[in-house]
Amino acid sequence: MDFQDDQNLTENKEEKPQEQQENILEVRNLTVSFGEENVIDNLNFNLKKGENVAIMGPNGAGKTVLLKALLGLLPYSGGIKWSKDAKISYVPQKILPEKNLPLSVKEFFEMKSIKQEQIKEVLFSVGITDDNFIKKRMGAVSPGQLQRVLIAWGLVGNPNVLLFDEPTAGIDIGGEETIFNLLNKIEKERNISIVLVTHDMSVVYGFADSVLCLNKKLICHGSPSEAFSADGLRKLYGEGVNFYKHEH
Amino acid sequence: MARELIFTNMNINFFISLITAVFIGGSAGYVGSLMTTKKMSLAGDVLSHIALPGVGLGLFFGLNVSLGALGSLVFGILLIWWLSLKTDLSMESLVGVVFVLSMAVGFLIIPEEDLLHALFGNIYAVSLGDAIVAVIASIAVLIVAKIIYPKMMLACVSEDLALSSGVKTSKYNLIYLFLIATVVAFGIKVGGTIFTSAMIIIPSATARNMSNNMRQYSIFSAVIGLVSVIIGFTVFSFFSARLESSAIGTIIALAGIVFFAVSLAFKNR
Repeated sequence: MDFQDDQNLTENKEEKPQEQQENILEVRNLTVSFGEENVIDNLNFNLKKGENVAIMGPNGAGKTVLLKALLGLLPYSGGIKWSKDAKISYVPQKILPEKNLPLSVKEFFEMKSIKQEQIKEVLFSVGITDDNFIKKRMGAVSPGQLQRVLIAWGLVGNPNVLLFDEPTAGIDIGGEETIFNLLNKIEKERNISIVLVTHDMSVVYGFADSVLCLNKKLICHGSPSEAFSADGLRKLYGEGVNFYKHEH
Repeated sequence: MARELIFTNMNINFFISLITAVFIGGSAGYVGSLMTTKKMSLAGDVLSHIALPGVGLGLFFGLNVSLGALGSLVFGILLIWWLSLKTDLSMESLVGVVFVLSMAVGFLIIPEEDLLHALFGNIYAVSLGDAIVAVIASIAVLIVAKIIYPKMMLACVSEDLALSSGVKTSKYNLIYLFLIATVVAFGIKVGGTIFTSAMIIIPSATARNMSNNMRQYSIFSAVIGLVSVIIGFTVFSFFSARLESSAIGTIIALAGIVFFAVSLAFKNR
């Protein structure tokens, strides 16, 4: 994201090296319409290589629609230009496989043509260490584990962009580890750009280099502290909203 | 002498039908196991009846009934697909509309004495040529189904995930419907539309109760389809003196139901 002032980045995040300034994504005049209604209206932004962006906005603001448009799953007007070397992966919001769906975790990964050892490796990287886990039925995996499985699935094939729809949506991923720690770990290990839709402000503060506030139009973009100034929040969610940041 | 000859011919016909039905039963069971979403199960369920107008036209023009059925099914599928693009109606409603249309037209144009065979089959109606084509078609269906299997399964887990992985789900759905059309068209002579729907639906529902993974599920489905056919034919041969030639479809369907009932015992593992 182009922002004028990156002095306010939160302290628990490492600065990105200056040479990584090449754009991996350029979005120009992006409009997505369902019938008469513009769900996304004339959106412009850039994403730099290795940059992490959080997309925020009220319900119905077009966040998921934006991700789907970026993936090319929806018709749109305007320009979405990924750099030539972009390898994009997608982690959907939530999937609810039927409980008795006869598909094992191993078979789910084999759809990406990878071997058992690689499956275990990638599961290990998202904190699943149980050797017998791959024999489980997808429908028998807990929601938190399923979230990890989907992240691992997205990481197969070493993408350099991960589009991530509401990773924290009502899900306890289990143990002491938070989704935020997991994302940080993945990002550090793999030098990957993560674009995530989230409502969780702690994730935004701790993780994102920049925030894109969306309510059909682009309301604001910039560093998390800029976006969460009282003014920025009012623009996004309307009058009477404040975010109380804990000062430690 | 003449009586013995007829009996022998009936025996030959019986075995030709058996071979046809074994291959169709196995491939129908396998293809049926791809019917993992609710939308799909409805389509598979009623699709076989869309063959009826084609059966009528085949009889009227003296063509092979299977060819008529195939033509009718392909037309019906394309009509459903086209309507789904042109209207906002759900696939379920459109399949329902085309189903009723096909039943109505089919019942109008199929002569009454042939209607029974179109619905319930005829164990003595399959020629050697029919059987050879049915076997080849079944093998082709099995191969194509095996290729599209993981992609269809991924679409069942999450359509967005499938689309974002480059799996064109609408294309695979269409291929899948054509596979069903092929199975129905070549199975209809032996067991009618009842047999073909039963072999598409029952083995996979049964296998689902017993399987922990996709591999078990697909293999069980095919095997249950195939074994139901063999049991159906065995039962038929014991009671053949008392049964009409059209009873075969129903007996195989019932054999499948027995497997399903047994599988319920496995369900609460």
